[in-house]
Amino acid sequence: MTNLIEIKGVRHAYKTANGPLPVLDGLELSVPEGGFVAVVGPSGCGKSTLTKLVAGLLKPDEGEVWLHGEKVKSPRSTVGMAFQNPVMLEWRSILKNVMLPLEIVPTKLGRKEQEERARYLLALVGLEGFEDKRPSELSGGMRQRASLCRALVHSPEVLILDEPFGALDAFTREDLWQIMHQVKEKEPFTGVLITHDLRESIYLADQVVVLSGRPARTQFTLDTGISGARDIEHLYTPQAAEMLATLRHQIEIAQGRAPAEAPA
Amino acid sequence: MTFRQIAVPTLAIVIFLALWEALVWVMGWPNYKMASPSDLLPAYERYWSLFLTMGWQTLWRTVVGLLIAVVFGTALGMVMGFSRTMRDALYPLLVGFNAVPKATVVPIVALMFVGMHDFNTVLIAFMISFFPIAVSVSIGLSTLEPEYRDILRSLGASQSTIFWKIALPKTLPEFFGALKVAVTLAFIGTNLMEIVSPHGRGLGALFDSGKTNSDYPLMFAVLIALAFLGIVLYYVVVALEKIFAGWAERPQG
Ligand SMILES: Nc1ncnc2c1ncn2[C@@H]1O[C@H](COP(=O)(O)OP(=O)(O)OP(=O)(O)O)[C@@H](O)[C@H]1O
Ligand SMILES: [Mg+2]
Repeated sequence: MTNLIEIKGVRHAYKTANGPLPVLDGLELSVPEGGFVAVVGPSGCGKSTLTKLVAGLLKPDEGEVWLHGEKVKSPRSTVGMAFQNPVMLEWRSILKNVMLPLEIVPTKLGRKEQEERARYLLALVGLEGFEDKRPSELSGGMRQRASLCRALVHSPEVLILDEPFGALDAFTREDLWQIMHQVKEKEPFTGVLITHDLRESIYLADQVVVLSGRPARTQFTLDTGISGARDIEHLYTPQAAEMLATLRHQIEIAQGRAPAEAPA
Repeated sequence: MTFRQIAVPTLAIVIFLALWEALVWVMGWPNYKMASPSDLLPAYERYWSLFLTMGWQTLWRTVVGLLIAVVFGTALGMVMGFSRTMRDALYPLLVGFNAVPKATVVPIVALMFVGMHDFNTVLIAFMISFFPIAVSVSIGLSTLEPEYRDILRSLGASQSTIFWKIALPKTLPEFFGALKVAVTLAFIGTNLMEIVSPHGRGLGALFDSGKTNSDYPLMFAVLIALAFLGIVLYYVVVALEKIFAGWAERPQG
């Protein structure tokens, strides 16, 4: 299997008033085609920055980002992205917001099919009946779900999700986890999921990557041992408990709260 | 529009006129000190055709000046909104230009383009009103949150697509805020030209003739007619704002 996403030795620093702020330093990440990788790490370590590099919105100072065997130089329409801050265009209805990517990305769908697709996705995430509402009439969690639909509407090859379920209550979140597996089965994509929820990471991903504190590098990689859909019961198995404990420990190291040790 | 939305302002105007009438009556002011609303009716009656033609002259020259200001101000605002260098370069110039009292520019313009009254008037209306539009558009564009751009940029959209689909609609509320200021300014500009450099056209000229003939009720009647035109222009802009940027209004209650 080829690696659809390949990040090699990426370094990135933001230019700020107090000089450069190194955010990523020596980041390595590869995701095979159809794979789903979750990225966890301390707050402010550079996770959102990582998503912008993959999407081509930022250029690394050093190192390379490859998508589909091509070096990423600029954004491309085969990427779908749900941003951490799910901004919606306030002057459009939710439906028109979700359909926005179809106005940019070349699509084979006719006008009517486009609308049907947007409505289908909105219904899938539980937003049936809100199609004609304005974004300001929706709760934060609803906007987040609409933003997820917007990321999916053009059936992207690469899906980048930056804490997509952060504003959701625990129950809706578990529903959406299952929905993500359903969507992936129907329309396979290669996914990168940023999250701070360790249970979410092992339930959704085949691989969990822990980033170190800022400037972030790849600190630890965990294979969940499964790919594709899984039962929610999976979270309550001894293996899952063990994985969660390992990840929690790694996060503590990343936060500098536990001493780093030689990898076992 | 509800009954309330019409009744409340109408009532306010009636009360205002009544208070004005009462004030003049109580103080016993003669006409030349302060005309009262009841003195104005005869003035309108006598000069109604003049009010119509000259009001129209004032109106169309204001609107044309304003339209040019919208086109020029938006273009300038776009240049300054997209380029930091242009913003740094043009801002001081603009502020300086805006700071020059337009009453001093009127005689200069009148001399430069002798006899071209309509052109002069439109020019002043334009010069006085493009500033807020340019500033608001440039600020609206330059403060557009990167998150908004990124939605489209991440799909590989071009700069012009981002402008039409995101930047422009997002800036509309600021634009209309500025247009409300600009419409009043353009109106002031037109009248300034008509009064400072009279050439027998517009309500300003009618005011001037009232002054020369010591026809005080006429002068006050012109003021009220100007206020009326100003209100009409302003609410046309408000109506346009409702149509094009109504989404920015927060639902009440
Ligand atoms: N545009 C920017 N300019 C300057 N500094 C930035 C910019 N964006 C992010 N940063 C800084 O870079 C660091 C990493 O930011 P980033 O958003 O990637 O973190 P994160 O891991 O996504 O955090 P969180 O978990 O809180 O979302 C932070 O310290 C942040 O202050
Ligand atoms: Mg983030």
